[in-house]
Amino acid sequence: MELTAKRQAESSNWFIKNRWWVLIGLILIGSVIYAYATNAVVTTAVLASTLRQSTPLILGALCGVLGERSGVINIGIEGQMLLAAFVAFLANVYTGNLLVATLAGLLAGGVMGLLLAFMSVTLKMDQIIGGTVINILAVGLTGYFYVSGLTTKGKFQPIPLGPLADIPLLGPVLFRNPPITYLAIILVFVLHYVLFYTRWGLRTRAVGEHPSAADTVGINVFRTRYINVIIAGAIAGLGGAFLTLEGVGSFERLMTNGRGFLALAIMIFGKWTPLGSWGAALLFGFTYAMQTQLQFSGVNLPPQFIGSLPYILTILVLAGFVGRSRAPAAEGIPYEKEG
Amino acid sequence: MSNNDASIVLEAKGITKQFPGVLANDRVDLTLRRGEILALLGENGAGKSTLMNVLYGLYTPDAGEIWIKGEHVILQNPGDAIARGVGMVHQHFQLVPVMTVAENVILGSEITKLGGYIDKREANRRVRELSEQYGLEIDPTIEVEDLPVGLQQRVEIIKALYRQADILILDEPTAVLTPQESNELFRIMHDLTEKGVSIIFITHKLKEVLAIADRIVVLRGGRSVGAALPSESTEASLAELMVGRKVILQVDKDEAVPGKLVLEIDGLHVQDDRKHEAVKGLSLQVYAGEILGVAGVQGNGQREFVEALTGLRPSTEGKITIMGEDATHLTPRRITELDVAHIPEDREKHGLVMPYSIADNLVLNRYYRAPYSKNAILDREKIAENGAKLVKQFDVRTPSIYTHASSLSGGNKQKVIVAREFSRPVKLLIANQPTRGIDVGSIEFIHNQIVAQRDAGVAVLLVSAELDEVLSLADRVAVMFDGRIVKTLPIEEATREKIGLLMAGSEA
Repeated sequence: MELTAKRQAESSNWFIKNRWWVLIGLILIGSVIYAYATNAVVTTAVLASTLRQSTPLILGALCGVLGERSGVINIGIEGQMLLAAFVAFLANVYTGNLLVATLAGLLAGGVMGLLLAFMSVTLKMDQIIGGTVINILAVGLTGYFYVSGLTTKGKFQPIPLGPLADIPLLGPVLFRNPPITYLAIILVFVLHYVLFYTRWGLRTRAVGEHPSAADTVGINVFRTRYINVIIAGAIAGLGGAFLTLEGVGSFERLMTNGRGFLALAIMIFGKWTPLGSWGAALLFGFTYAMQTQLQFSGVNLPPQFIGSLPYILTILVLAGFVGRSRAPAAEGIPYEKEG
Repeated sequence: MSNNDASIVLEAKGITKQFPGVLANDRVDLTLRRGEILALLGENGAGKSTLMNVLYGLYTPDAGEIWIKGEHVILQNPGDAIARGVGMVHQHFQLVPVMTVAENVILGSEITKLGGYIDKREANRRVRELSEQYGLEIDPTIEVEDLPVGLQQRVEIIKALYRQADILILDEPTAVLTPQESNELFRIMHDLTEKGVSIIFITHKLKEVLAIADRIVVLRGGRSVGAALPSESTEASLAELMVGRKVILQVDKDEAVPGKLVLEIDGLHVQDDRKHEAVKGLSLQVYAGEILGVAGVQGNGQREFVEALTGLRPSTEGKITIMGEDATHLTPRRITELDVAHIPEDREKHGLVMPYSIADNLVLNRYYRAPYSKNAILDREKIAENGAKLVKQFDVRTPSIYTHASSLSGGNKQKVIVAREFSRPVKLLIANQPTRGIDVGSIEFIHNQIVAQRDAGVAVLLVSAELDEVLSLADRVAVMFDGRIVKTLPIEEATREKIGLLMAGSEA
């Protein structure tokens, strides 16, 4: 008896503690249902587009989360994505295989992660400079080796997940997506679980908050940072692969178009957690989707204004909403072992 | 090879460790027996921490052997030391503030299920079990940053016990504790030794050594200069061993000759960082030529009071008058220019700019004036001259005046601050914890400087959590409790017992 009473008290506490989120959630669900009742086709299109637009953003943000949680600031996400997009594109052009191309993108991102780790962990370089190096390197390399006129051999197609795909609204939005979009969603949950419920996550967060505390209990700070930053790079690489292999189907110069930087804002908005970042990424994805939709529907707004929506949102978010979130304490500081 | 005495759990032979420019440990020997408290005494820079870091595997010695429980060991990293039952509580706690007590305890030796999933419930249970077993009460689910330092230290001890440490190194554990917390720690240490744990206790506080140690080893200049038993030692004999010369522990001073009113505070209210009222209507007066000592357990509003007084924190109510001038809402620089000197509580945060040279730190309160600066351009030569003069005058031990403040020892950092604050005409000195965590030699020096200022007619406000310091320096003692001065006594009437009761909040 007593135990159930306590459970109930706890669960009502949960609602009270998260009342704003519950409220926002209810409003969101309510407005989606309303929109769906008014115009089913447009609503479905916008929500599906939201998810796909958010995919490179969440992948970039996950890259940032993983790096910063282990104490390495990564402002080179943009460059990592761009280079990986290019490598994935070339791999596809020359092998014609989408899977090989995706792996090539992962690898390219991972190598860029290795480079960042080497600069910031081993060379103890300023991490902002290190990230900038990667960004400039990626712009230079992709610009130099780019040959116009190449196109990918095929593009990832949506895979409907059996009967789930036939649910109205939810089906086309959630269960009729191409593989990298599915993978991104899975990664969000996997990384959240790993970071907050496993040994690896505890150690990673300890290294990002207080590296010498980790060191004194026998955790290898350098190795932890290397591994996290390399995996993070590979995830950004997946985001790059998404752009060429799933989103566009070809490569253009500077095609990441600031998404890597936006990913950092998303990471901060999401309070350095994968789930929070996903929420933020969906919000930004939604503005992209709206942007397209508004242009289609011929609303009488200047296209420049509509096009700037995501960036206005970035400014608002960073200026207004992140006040209380707190970065990992040791991020950006190279670890110096004494003695 | 090893001594066959089975009671010896740890033995260090001829440990030598060279750092660039410093021979930190020079052929040091040390033995630790089961269930004893061995005090390792020495000034800052004597090599105590280096030796302990060697025993904990953080440093590799250049020469020497370590034997643990009869076995010759080579410690490559802390993991090796932990595996052999050595635990260490560092002076600067190695705890992750945003994690819970249990998470901090298990970090690095996690209890996991399939796939590395951390069993938090089991971790909490283990922490509770340890805390019951050793009388170290703590809530495993609370976040470390919400704990006072005394409890954080407890987490560190539990962390070591969780790793089954039976050799515990405590590096200056009392430096950050209030007297009450220290007594609690000593009780815990006794309990631990009764359960078979052996403890190396590093300190430079002589009273503590005599109160708790079973044996004493003294280090000076990287060498072991003597061993002693508490029953055969006095504070004076230990201080002499430690410093290498006779030290006068009692501050020698004449009767105060109070002059006119310098500082008057009337009904001051100040809020802390969390917007709670920390100072609740504090009033006091300090006269020229006297030392008013403010005694009190830490956390009774002393920090907020001194910060408000020196312009670092706004006050919400009340009035501060310095030399007849209203100083309630002045900026720190204006207050400095009223000839007020300030020795802040946190020397690394408020006292010095760590990455600046000593010479630059020595002009922080006057760099903008002639002769140090002319038409907004600094005169480097004058700054260097001033630096060289003060370093000599105040006996700051440093390789050069261009050395960064961060690389000085605590005592020398404090001397730099004292040099800067005292080397100009001053009418009011506000000293908050001026000797916390520094060595006997530096304490003696700084105490004498403070008394010299008083004798020169300066009004001194001394805030200290060390009752001994207040009693030996002050001419009048004001006891602070819960944001107020509860009573002010002349030094003749201020007995330890009376002050202690007032500090605990009971009306005496």
